[in-house]
Amino acid sequence: MLSIRNLSAGVVDKPDILKRISLEVKAGEVHAIMGPNGSGKSTLAQVLAGHPGYIVTSGAVTYLGQDLLAMPAEERARAGLFLAFQYPVEIPGVSNAYFLKAAINERRSRQGQEELDAMEFLQLLDEKLRIVEMDRSFVNRPVNEGFSGGEKKRNEILQMAVLEPTLAILDETDSGLDIDALKTVAQGVNRLRRPDNAMILVTHYQRLLQYVEPDHVHVLFDGHIVKSGGKELALELEGKGYDWIREEVAAAEPAGSSVAR
Amino acid sequence: MTTTVATAKDRYLAEFQTLERGGAFRSPSWLAPLRRRAIDRFAESGFPTTRDEDWRYTNLASLAATPFRPAAPSQAGVPDEALERLALPGVEWPRLVFVDGRYSPKLSTARQLPGGVQVASLAEAMITDGDMIERHLGRHVRWDKNVFAALNTAFVDDGGFVCLPPEVRSETPLELVFLATTPGVVAQPRTLIVAGLHSRLTVVERYVGITDEAYFTNAVTEIVAGPGAAVDHYVLQEQGAEAFHVATVHAVLGRDSVFDTCGVTFGGRLARTTLTLEFAGEGGRGAINGLYVVGGRQHVDHHVTVDHAVPRCTSRQLFKGVLDGNARAVFNGRVIVRPGAQKTDATQTNKHLLLSDGVEVDSKPQLEIFADDVKCTHGAAEGQLAPEALFYLKSRGLGEETARALLTYGFAHEVLERVAVEPLQAYLDRLLMARLGSDPIAKEIV
Repeated sequence: MLSIRNLSAGVVDKPDILKRISLEVKAGEVHAIMGPNGSGKSTLAQVLAGHPGYIVTSGAVTYLGQDLLAMPAEERARAGLFLAFQYPVEIPGVSNAYFLKAAINERRSRQGQEELDAMEFLQLLDEKLRIVEMDRSFVNRPVNEGFSGGEKKRNEILQMAVLEPTLAILDETDSGLDIDALKTVAQGVNRLRRPDNAMILVTHYQRLLQYVEPDHVHVLFDGHIVKSGGKELALELEGKGYDWIREEVAAAEPAGSSVAR
Repeated sequence: MTTTVATAKDRYLAEFQTLERGGAFRSPSWLAPLRRRAIDRFAESGFPTTRDEDWRYTNLASLAATPFRPAAPSQAGVPDEALERLALPGVEWPRLVFVDGRYSPKLSTARQLPGGVQVASLAEAMITDGDMIERHLGRHVRWDKNVFAALNTAFVDDGGFVCLPPEVRSETPLELVFLATTPGVVAQPRTLIVAGLHSRLTVVERYVGITDEAYFTNAVTEIVAGPGAAVDHYVLQEQGAEAFHVATVHAVLGRDSVFDTCGVTFGGRLARTTLTLEFAGEGGRGAINGLYVVGGRQHVDHHVTVDHAVPRCTSRQLFKGVLDGNARAVFNGRVIVRPGAQKTDATQTNKHLLLSDGVEVDSKPQLEIFADDVKCTHGAAEGQLAPEALFYLKSRGLGEETARALLTYGFAHEVLERVAVEPLQAYLDRLLMARLGSDPIAKEIV
């Protein structure tokens, strides 16, 4: 579904945040990308979503057979890619419901499907609201404006539920959540997991992975994927912290790229 | 430049003389001296130039150079499609329609209103309610300091008259529509709204142009809110693309009265609103909201004065502007707190969203505070659409244009959500979205 090959990317002031990253994601898989702060996790998420502030210096990304990097952000979204933001943006004056309806109908019309009318949309919305345990008053509020941290994250999952992405990237969706909110978000994610879609969970901590079990875990360190493994790798990180990774990397200098499957 | 200004001035003076000699100003008798003083005031100064501090950023040379003529007494009919465009869906409230400044009984839907609420054309009311009009017309607006108000006062002819007796609470909004149909014509509608003790009403003024050629509207509205009265006032400016629109609004608030006004500007080549809120009794509350959405070479100018002459009054100002193309906006917000006006609470906010590099904004707050126990704040901001917000919307599949329209809508909506009349808010929402040029989204929003 997604094939990242030797991807290097960054921003104008720091063009080398990601260094020759490679990653293969297949349908039905959940990948966790872990790593300490500043390792490049969010950069990877933003680059995949098409944030115009990031520059790709080399490498290639193929998504469903298409050259992902050649597509603007909106086309990636229309092709089923979804990013749950670490810091969801407030859009004053635009209600959550309008926003969701505009988004879903934009996607439906691009895919040659009929647009949902108001009734159909509300029906769909009610169903999806149950997944994230929110009531309808939530969608009448302006997008993210005045939302608590937990509400913002739940709203991201609601959008994900409505848009039913083929590939969802969740950027630190667990950060800033109390345990109840974390469980709700995790349950929502689990219910959206299907054999024909895939997810990339970007996270600093292992605790989300207690509730959403990944198939693969990758450790990102200083822009490189330095280690890949199964879900047990997350537990190991939880127990030992990131220091042992640092030591391993130091021991293996000069650092090169490592290819994860 | 000087010659054209003088010429325009002379034209109005000659017109005044013709009307005066012809006997048009003979009745009512009390009005003749007022007209005379007003035309003298106009003759004294003529049209302002950019050397005038109040007109520094708004150049009237083209207005003064265009030979506008008074509207002929009988006009050709108004096309049906224009009338359809005028109709607000889902409303059944009384409406007075004025065509090029003159009342049109045929287009109006004046209904008998309960409780002695009077809604009439000013020309009619001069005959039936002369005393009330004599007491208020030209007694509030500062035509001595405002040349356009002086010009309007000199030529007072027709407009809206709304009068609420004490204790009458009208739940039905009243709509005054000033329709401009004829190129090259000047119309000077005059409106007087008098709300008696503890009365309550909502008035909607609409200025609509159905010609794309140049014309000139010089409107004056005086509003008197008696003690404990509540007046909701809306002004929708939907003038034609080449229109000159000069509007003066002056509201006087009695003790414990409440005045909410919201002006929305879409049209006009040059639009100037001079709005004054005068607190005449303690405990008054005023909210002044404005939204202007302009592009091309439109020029929109707001001069707002809030005069806290007495203690314990509260004023809230929110003005937002969306500018595209080579549009230019001028905002001057003056708050005066006079000596002794303690416990004044005044805020003023003016924000602009700049959608292109070709736009220009001159925003100036002016706080003149002569009392010490007061709360006064002001804030101004200018900005572009936030790139992070654009990316957020695009990441959900919305295209560039739609994302920009939605964010712009969100910016402007803060003003429209203060429109308490639901069908009016829906209408403004639609106008806004049409203006932002995103039909697919308009469908979603409205």
